[in-house]
Amino acid sequence: MTYIGTSISRVDGPAKVTGAAKYAGDTAASDLAYGAVVTSTIAKGRIATIDTGAALRIAGVLDVLTHENRPRMARRTAAYKDFVAPEQGSPFRPLYDDKILFSGQPIALVLAEEWEIARFAATLVRVEYEAEPFATDLQVERERAAAIEQPLKSRGDADKAYGDAAVRHEAEYFIPIEHHNPIELYVSTVLWDGDGKLTVHDKTQGVQNVRDYLCGVFSIKPDKLRVMSPFMGGGFGSGLRPQYEAPLAVLGAQALERSVRLVLTRQQMFALCYRPATIERLALGAQSGGTLESVSHEAIAVTSQYEDFFRNDSGWSGLLYKSANAKYGHRLAHVDLPTPSDMRAPGAATGVYGLECAMDELAVALKLDPIELRLRCYSDRDQHDDVPYTSKKLRECYRQGAAAFGWDRRNPEQRSMRDGSELVGWGMASGVWDAWQVDTAARIVLTANGHAEVASACSDIGTGTHTIMAQVAADLLGLPLEAVTVRLGDSTLPKAPVEGGSWLAASVSHAIAKTADEIRKELWQLAKAMPNSPLAASHLEDIALVDGRIIDKKGNGGGVPITDAMRHGRRDRLECETTNSFAEDKKHARNTHSAIFAEVKVDEELGVIRVTRVVNAVAAGRILNTKTARSQIMGAVVGGIGMALHEETLIDHTLGRMMNSNIAEYHVPVNADIHDIEVIFVDEPDEIINPLGIKGLGEIGIVGVAAAIANAIYHATGKRVRDLPITLDKLLP
Amino acid sequence: MINFQYARATDLADALRQIAAEPGAKFIAGGTNLIDLMKEDVERPPRLIDISRLPLREVEQTRHGGLLIGALVPNSDLAYHPLIERHYPLLASAILAGASAQLRNMASTGGNLLQRTRCYYFYDTATPCNKRTPGSGCAARYGVNRIHAILGTSDACIATHPSDMCVALAALDAQVHVAGPSGGRTLTFADLHRLPGTTPERDTNLAADEIITAVELPERGFAANYSYLKIRDRLSYAFALVSVAAALELEHGTIKEARLALGGVAHKPWRNVSAEAAMRGEPANRATFARAADAILRDAKGFAHNAFKIELARRAILRALSQAAAGTPQSQSVKKIR
Ligand SMILES: Cc1cc2nc3c(=O)[nH]c(=O)nc-3n(C[C@H](O)[C@H](O)[C@H](O)COP(=O)(O)OP(=O)(O)OC[C@H]3O[C@@H](n4cnc5c(N)ncnc54)[C@H](O)[C@@H]3O)c2cc1C
Ligand code: SF4
Repeated sequence: MTYIGTSISRVDGPAKVTGAAKYAGDTAASDLAYGAVVTSTIAKGRIATIDTGAALRIAGVLDVLTHENRPRMARRTAAYKDFVAPEQGSPFRPLYDDKILFSGQPIALVLAEEWEIARFAATLVRVEYEAEPFATDLQVERERAAAIEQPLKSRGDADKAYGDAAVRHEAEYFIPIEHHNPIELYVSTVLWDGDGKLTVHDKTQGVQNVRDYLCGVFSIKPDKLRVMSPFMGGGFGSGLRPQYEAPLAVLGAQALERSVRLVLTRQQMFALCYRPATIERLALGAQSGGTLESVSHEAIAVTSQYEDFFRNDSGWSGLLYKSANAKYGHRLAHVDLPTPSDMRAPGAATGVYGLECAMDELAVALKLDPIELRLRCYSDRDQHDDVPYTSKKLRECYRQGAAAFGWDRRNPEQRSMRDGSELVGWGMASGVWDAWQVDTAARIVLTANGHAEVASACSDIGTGTHTIMAQVAADLLGLPLEAVTVRLGDSTLPKAPVEGGSWLAASVSHAIAKTADEIRKELWQLAKAMPNSPLAASHLEDIALVDGRIIDKKGNGGGVPITDAMRHGRRDRLECETTNSFAEDKKHARNTHSAIFAEVKVDEELGVIRVTRVVNAVAAGRILNTKTARSQIMGAVVGGIGMALHEETLIDHTLGRMMNSNIAEYHVPVNADIHDIEVIFVDEPDEIINPLGIKGLGEIGIVGVAAAIANAIYHATGKRVRDLPITLDKLLP
Repeated sequence: MINFQYARATDLADALRQIAAEPGAKFIAGGTNLIDLMKEDVERPPRLIDISRLPLREVEQTRHGGLLIGALVPNSDLAYHPLIERHYPLLASAILAGASAQLRNMASTGGNLLQRTRCYYFYDTATPCNKRTPGSGCAARYGVNRIHAILGTSDACIATHPSDMCVALAALDAQVHVAGPSGGRTLTFADLHRLPGTTPERDTNLAADEIITAVELPERGFAANYSYLKIRDRLSYAFALVSVAAALELEHGTIKEARLALGGVAHKPWRNVSAEAAMRGEPANRATFARAADAILRDAKGFAHNAFKIELARRAILRALSQAAAGTPQSQSVKKIR
């Protein structure tokens, strides 16, 4: 293969840096009206009166939509259940009725000739509420948190084994609410095509999910509504579900019978979704030799009053390390906030943070090197189902990561390493994530000039999907990369899942591979039919597409140029669409793994923390593109540094309101916070998981990073901070 | 954001005429603070008077050996001005500790002085805030107050002044030149900003129709022994939790003159002349610095989330004064604390 596995720059890079790439908010339209949203200032209750008179009197205001006058929306809950919606509950419906479910809820949509007018008029909408008591604080509500049905079965008797264990560690770890904060704002541009058709340019990680949702909510036939999102300025999971800008923009377009653009503000985006505040309760019992006897992990997290959102936080603990006894739990505290959502490595980023800090504490109690403890508990089998992995090179991650980091020079004593006024700390953690794969369709159109277009309705949320699709298609069709065009982010294209969970790379690659194989068969037929064909006696299984030619791997000679075969067969185009289904395999577990090493320097007197080095060694099967993959892991490490040191949504629990809903006061790392990040891809051949051996990555890069940093801070200072983010005040005595 | 009128001032007299003509009108210089507040509907000026093209962009030497800095000198130009770098490196350092390169390019000297607090509640019109809406209450007092003040607070308001540059100007004994309808006047830096008291809606002692024309620095620049140490929640591009401007004049290890000002702790850059007096004539060592820290923080009082600032400020004062005494000021580009 020429392209797969190499470091190819993004094929859409030039379009992005020149501005040729059009994002949802860039879409031009004649006769565009602009929306501005009014949001609730209370956390719970109902709208008693809403007075839009003053707003309507402003010149240029076209309409103000509220629950009282909006166009029709579906009544059934099912219509609002998008592909990613939690099973339990009923999704939020914007402008549906007078109920207030959270502070920052959209309650009116002002439509005007210009954005500035809409925004001004939005400040004139007067609302009176009947407020009700509310709750937003996990620490207060935790006692009322209800257990959910755990899909994972416990094994053995974890409580008894814990009681009998020679060395025990039990603690709670806390992760506050975090927000995705992609740079691109949420926006929808709805084009009113006149003949009853709508084209919705939406910021989303799943165009077909948004299409199905909008079609359900507004009873629109699927062929009358097209959703486009070819580029996305970051999502991190916030765009997996349809966000309210899309239905509101459609409401606006329907009310005005006109094209509408609605851009949410940064502040408004804080009321879309977030990583849930979570308490991770860990109890580990071990023999003095360092083997685990008991693992108990319970997560207590917030969700909204109207949906039960949760992910697998605790199951990782019984998966990652060998222990005969394991127990899991997950409880949900219902609070008056919007429903949480997936955010990079949902469940694992939080659950494995707790686990990996607990393992570090256990290592200290056992007087064992933290890597040594992990090796003693190493598990070659998935213990939930007692099956082997398709591949698992975590041991190699530890080895290569430690070597690159220089771990053998670590003095195990806390506060033993320093650099002038700074205490130096070295910490490590493991990471684990799923290697999912989802049925996906792709279409290839090969034209007689030797050009191929490959298309699927998936998204590129900035991860590099355009590029890997082009690489896979070019390799399997034997064409130069420049001869391949990629189309994605259009709901009319072949069916694809939302982009999330790190499942897309493997899924879409195999859809392309399967389709390319059909093309190969057709080309072989055409080549064979040529007069005096050198391939006349060839067998399909020996046929490959290489360098623009159809060749017989067994025969000699250069085969037949693809273009010649098509010309002779009088075919100016070959078109093929297939859906790839992955064979069900219950005999193997599919996971990616990582080992993260972090160095921190902490000013002893002032507590100022610098993360000076991070090494992340990742085993994730075949790496399609080492450049985009490295960027994914680097970005995820930056996210992990933010999680460890900076990110926290501050809520005023007496107002039920998020207070730092802007990126001046919601801190993410800036350049000065980032030093050396080294990414290692451990070679992990995998012939079982799928034909190309791809696992996908993106989530795995953040898992364990916050724990490695927290552990390094402990090593530096002797202070164990379990509540994120680790701000400097927590290190002052 | 409301609809507003916009007009450019042709000269200083025109600016003063325009501001007097329309109550609630505001000057706009770099706009980096005012526009944000207008977008949040916190500031609602019916008219903006653009002063950015007035000829107030010079840095000139004064007859008294000091410098006169025009109110429209951009923060970046000032930080990199050779005379500032050479004679007032404390000021250069404080400016570079603030905001981002892009913001410093836009921000003006006058605007930096008059930037408003970053209190979350002040920015959010859905919440009570005495500074924004007098009489509505102070939500921060019992709310989220990690970034709030520990000195000079009142029942009505516990907000801080967010500027870094002003902390250095306070330490350097700068003066503020102002023009108004009845002519010009000069304020000491200590008299510019106010404590919140019962009228937190007033940040400064300027009248609504006055304009800042220049900031004057006296001759004494403390160029040999100074440091600006800013402690914040990330290593750049965040407002100070606590910042310290420290400046010393030493003679054989003895302190001849000392200046100490704090940022991020009060409604104004915080100075306490008795803390400085206590250092004069004393050896430049940690014991002396600790006494100064105790003196300046004597009346400090924390709230639910910011009590740590008291101990943090103490340590930062010790460190900054030590850096100043050693002649090793804090670098603003290398984030390791010296
Ligand atoms: C994200 C962000 C981060 C920041 N971080 C920091 C930081 O870390 N440290 C820091 O110190 N600052 C920081 N700043 C604030 C920045 O320094 C100020 O916004 C800037 O200095 C204001 O100057 P300006 O010229 O843009 O003021 P403007 O926004 O134009 O004006 C501010 C106010 O001053 C008035 N005004 C302006 N000039 C005059 C004059 N000559 N006479 C009378 N009134 C006048 C205006 O009417 C207005 O009320 C940050 C700002 C942002 C947006
Ligand atoms: S501290 Fe001051 S600015 Fe903040 S809410 Fe209270 S009154 Fe308003």
